[in-house]
Amino acid sequence: MQNQKVLLKVTNLKQYFPIKGGILGRTVNHVKAVDDISFKVYEGETLSIVGESGCGKSTTGRAILRLDEPSGGQVEFRGEDLLSFSKKKMNAIRKEMQIIFQDPYASINPRQTVRQILTEALEIQNVVPKKERGNRVIELLETVGLGTHQADRMPHVFSGGQRQRIGIARALSVNPKLIVADEAVSALDVSIQAQVINLLTKLQREFKLTYIFISHDLGVVRHISDRIIVMYVGKIVEIADKKSLFENPKHPYTRALLSAIPSTDIDNRPQRIILKGDVPSPIDPPKGCRFHTRCPFATELCRQEEPSLRQTNLMLDGHKAACHHIEEIEAGTHQPSPLTVS
Amino acid sequence: MKQTSQLMDGSNLSPMPPDLNPKAKYRRVLFYKFMRNKTALIGGILIILFIFITIFGSIIAPYDPYTQDIINKLQGPSSDHWFGTDNFGRDIFSRVIHGTSITLFIGFSSVILGATVGVLLGIISGYYGGRIDSIIMRLMDVLLAFPGILLALAIVTILGGSTMNVVYAVAISSIPVFARVVRGSTLSVKKLEYIDAMKALGASDIRIIFKHIFPNITSPLIVQATLYIATAILSASGLSFLGLGAQPPDPEWGAMLSDGRSYLYNAPHVALFPGLAIVVVVLAFNMLGDGLRDAFDPKTKE
Repeated sequence: MQNQKVLLKVTNLKQYFPIKGGILGRTVNHVKAVDDISFKVYEGETLSIVGESGCGKSTTGRAILRLDEPSGGQVEFRGEDLLSFSKKKMNAIRKEMQIIFQDPYASINPRQTVRQILTEALEIQNVVPKKERGNRVIELLETVGLGTHQADRMPHVFSGGQRQRIGIARALSVNPKLIVADEAVSALDVSIQAQVINLLTKLQREFKLTYIFISHDLGVVRHISDRIIVMYVGKIVEIADKKSLFENPKHPYTRALLSAIPSTDIDNRPQRIILKGDVPSPIDPPKGCRFHTRCPFATELCRQEEPSLRQTNLMLDGHKAACHHIEEIEAGTHQPSPLTVS
Repeated sequence: MKQTSQLMDGSNLSPMPPDLNPKAKYRRVLFYKFMRNKTALIGGILIILFIFITIFGSIIAPYDPYTQDIINKLQGPSSDHWFGTDNFGRDIFSRVIHGTSITLFIGFSSVILGATVGVLLGIISGYYGGRIDSIIMRLMDVLLAFPGILLALAIVTILGGSTMNVVYAVAISSIPVFARVVRGSTLSVKKLEYIDAMKALGASDIRIIFKHIFPNITSPLIVQATLYIATAILSASGLSFLGLGAQPPDPEWGAMLSDGRSYLYNAPHVALFPGLAIVVVVLAFNMLGDGLRDAFDPKTKE
């Protein structure tokens, strides 16, 4: 991975949403949706971001595209800091990075036909001359597996999977390098999910796309990713290539997540780790390690000091986890409190 | 538009020819829902009738609305004068018919004027949010704090009494109503992902507002506008009744009502017929507005 070119570099990204309160509408607190995260995305790879709902994975995607203005940090795309761009300059570079949304029903304007949707996308970025737009629309429809006879239909006659294809065609229309797929298949039936994922993989090969794939579905993530980021309450807890993460998870939270994947192997069922309590609020996250309130391995150190992402000699290059006790847990000298494991 | 697609399955709707393009099909469903609502239908027919009267008023009216006939003043309804005559002997039927155009003109033009400004303010407020939103909406709150008729009264007093000034006054007092409705709808449409998709494509704010937000907030707007025409007509008649609107001898219904006030005991018909006309027009617009609201509401399928 290391010899690949970095396409996107996120450094110390923060996204705090203010909470207004009181008579004067002053900011009384912040929702720390994304709190100081850094990572790199290499050209041509699929980087997945997983985590529970509310952990900040979608917020990260939106912040990268500046759909919400981040509160701090840098987002470098091909070495240029996007956050320093003017609105005009930003709009020009938007053709390089697109987004596919979760809800196929909310993500397309119900009052435009498919042709109008795609033509407008082409018109905004002016990627192809006016005369060729018609052909380009047909080409796009074929690329995403929609019939050309469907071009003049309104969105509501399409199924969820077809709508998602329209969304993908719209994202593709401007020839982007990077696509953020924000829970792109979560709202679809499992059979349709497979089709859309296969389409995404096909497109990646064909157009050398880079994906940031945001999902809570580990099965899908395992299928599509090259590398995976695990987030918990606005922080990255573990980052690794797919193989390392699934076979050698280091963070107790990652282990708990992986143990929740349903297994069909009855004889060799992995031990299920059930976490106690609820996800803490991102308004007032716990001190020290954010996972200590639910972690079976938590110690005084975890309550006091925030762990940073680090690599131990049991981990492959590029695999990092944010836990104080990686070595002890691995060596078996640090046992979980028995109540939390079933 | 989950609701639309539910509504589109068409299985429990009246016979519909197949192979219609979806847009026409959607309109057809709206039309069927509307037709099934008898009150709304009556309202709609009445309004069409009033518009018809406005266009052909001079042909329908048997007399000139301004010609005085003092000898025959304050006559009760008869075959010659269906609605009787007023204190100058003018034919009330002809005057009511000619007044229709004034009334509808005030109703429509003040709402169009008020809605245009209100929609702009509301969309800007809802779309940009933050400080702009606070400033615009607090201003609207100030306007809204005055009772509509009082505000219109104040404005007409400043501008002076005339039909056009009544239009302006009613339009200004309707601005906050439209701004609020539009702001609310804008806020809900703005959160939809396709707006984000347009932003991600690099679309300008103007394109997003006019091409993607406005077309999707028209339903509540049309309903509000229809209902507000009734309110506008009522306010305008009220102002004319107080002598601040259309000036004599214009056959404005509110002014005619005011004229008839002095003869209420001896010749009640002078006030009765213009009053009745106001009631019918206002009722018609209200019925139509309510019917449209139900037709646009995806939850009512019956």
